[in-house]
Amino acid sequence: MRLALAILAILGLAAVSLFVGVEDVSPAALISQHADRDALLVLLASRIPRTLALVLSGASMAVAGYIMQMLARNRFVEPTTAGTVESASLGILVVMLFAPGLPIFGRMIVATLFALAGTALFLQIVRQIPLRSPYIVPLVGIMLGGVISAVATFLAYRYDMLQSLGAWTTGDFSTVLRGRYELLWISLALTGLAYIAADRFTVAGMGEDFTTNLGMNYRKVVSLGLTIVSMVTAVVITTVGVIPFVGLVVPNIVSLALGDNARRSIPWIALAGAGLVLSCDIIGRIVRYPYEIPVGTVLGVVGAAAFLYLLLRRGTRLA
Amino acid sequence: MIEVSNVSKRYGETLVLDEVSVQLPAGKITSIIGPNGAGKSTLVSIMGRLLPMDAGHVLVDGLDVTETADDVLARHLSILRQENQIVSRLTVRDLVAFGRYPYTKGRPTVEDREHIAQALSYLQLEPLAGRFLDELSGGQRQRAFIAMVLCQDTKYVLLDEPLNNLDMKHAVGMMKLLKDAAAKLGKTFVLVLHDINFASCYSDHIVALRDGKLAYQGTPEEIMQPDVLAEIYDLPIDIHEIGGHRIGLYFT
Repeated sequence: MRLALAILAILGLAAVSLFVGVEDVSPAALISQHADRDALLVLLASRIPRTLALVLSGASMAVAGYIMQMLARNRFVEPTTAGTVESASLGILVVMLFAPGLPIFGRMIVATLFALAGTALFLQIVRQIPLRSPYIVPLVGIMLGGVISAVATFLAYRYDMLQSLGAWTTGDFSTVLRGRYELLWISLALTGLAYIAADRFTVAGMGEDFTTNLGMNYRKVVSLGLTIVSMVTAVVITTVGVIPFVGLVVPNIVSLALGDNARRSIPWIALAGAGLVLSCDIIGRIVRYPYEIPVGTVLGVVGAAAFLYLLLRRGTRLA
Repeated sequence: MIEVSNVSKRYGETLVLDEVSVQLPAGKITSIIGPNGAGKSTLVSIMGRLLPMDAGHVLVDGLDVTETADDVLARHLSILRQENQIVSRLTVRDLVAFGRYPYTKGRPTVEDREHIAQALSYLQLEPLAGRFLDELSGGQRQRAFIAMVLCQDTKYVLLDEPLNNLDMKHAVGMMKLLKDAAAKLGKTFVLVLHDINFASCYSDHIVALRDGKLAYQGTPEEIMQPDVLAEIYDLPIDIHEIGGHRIGLYFT
């Protein structure tokens, strides 16, 4: 019931997203007598793809964040604080340098492999940390990400590709057009897969001992989770760029309200992720109208504030 | 029956278990006692396949714990370690319900729901069922973990310091509950206990470890002897017969 209301709210936001922009695509313009051909074209070729891309990437990044948090058993981990995003970016850069002709699907696969390697390395490091303070874990991830992105920046600098690097490290939906976002449906499929395997991730969140005791192979669950997270991140980065903080803020807020039983929380995480990214994109389109602020920047501001709030609010209860 | 044969375990250079062989009877309560660092928790973790062993093997009901499929073993044997930190926010009911996972794979039937309700009621957790684990006291959380393991309804249950964090009332309640389950349902419990008097009053069999070796094993009467305990713990312990139980006094 409440879920139905939430779905309605997301549909409402999506509708707003369809009709906000420089070109007048109001419902009135669409059904008016002398139906504006341009309005229809903008709607079909730009606004609908953009809105779908927002919903798909928001939902899947939020769920990816939840999975990361369960696997690392840490509330402050998500693809941007675990080296995943930086590794995927490095992967794309490597493709641009060595196989520029590779189709976008191939680029996505390479980015996935890089993301997998980077995230697996992060989890490996985290397991070795004797003192598992809740704050050390994301710090390690951010440092690892820093090292990887330094490599990427160096490569980009040497080959004069800093500008392209910037293009996919800041999430931006303004260039989303029909034919250039469809890869994102893969992330929806992966989110569906995460929902099917929901119980495994809840159990993995209890730790390796509980997982083994309940008859599951912990390594397999971790591998499945890593694959989903890496692929979602790679797909989102190759199509729209890095969307920060969604995977951090959304699962934490849903957790406070509903707990971490994935069967219950994943639908909410997906909806709230879609809602957050939709809202931030709409804000980005309105603030400097008729110009746009990339959604990555808006999310950076909104997300950082929310992150600080969570840090200060939950700090005492985490240990 | 649990058969432990020649189990050895090293952490780096330190030998924590040195060729331990012991057989634990089915349908009974066995307590493992011994001083700190004797290898009690390590032994129990190895029996519950949470730790790999360097040599030897463990059979539970004839199933080799390192070779049997995870989900098959999870329906025969459950284990709760001593320190359990759960970061995720789960309600007590959710946690206990996950004890059914080896059977349900996430789709509980009416029968599973009965198991869950029963486990909650055995440990008097009904009033707390809707609370999140991070909103509970240490003792309440410990009871929730034990409820989960009992909900798993395995014939063999390994509990490392189940009385951790429990007050006297709940500690006694817990031991009575386990004794009851062993007698009526034929369950086998293996407990790591620090309090020798709980071990004396409630176990059928006591295994004493010292320095990674099997020091003694036997009935409570055989183990609760001043000379035996003095050797295990390196501490003079007086034994008094009180109300039909042998009680060790070592406080002064």
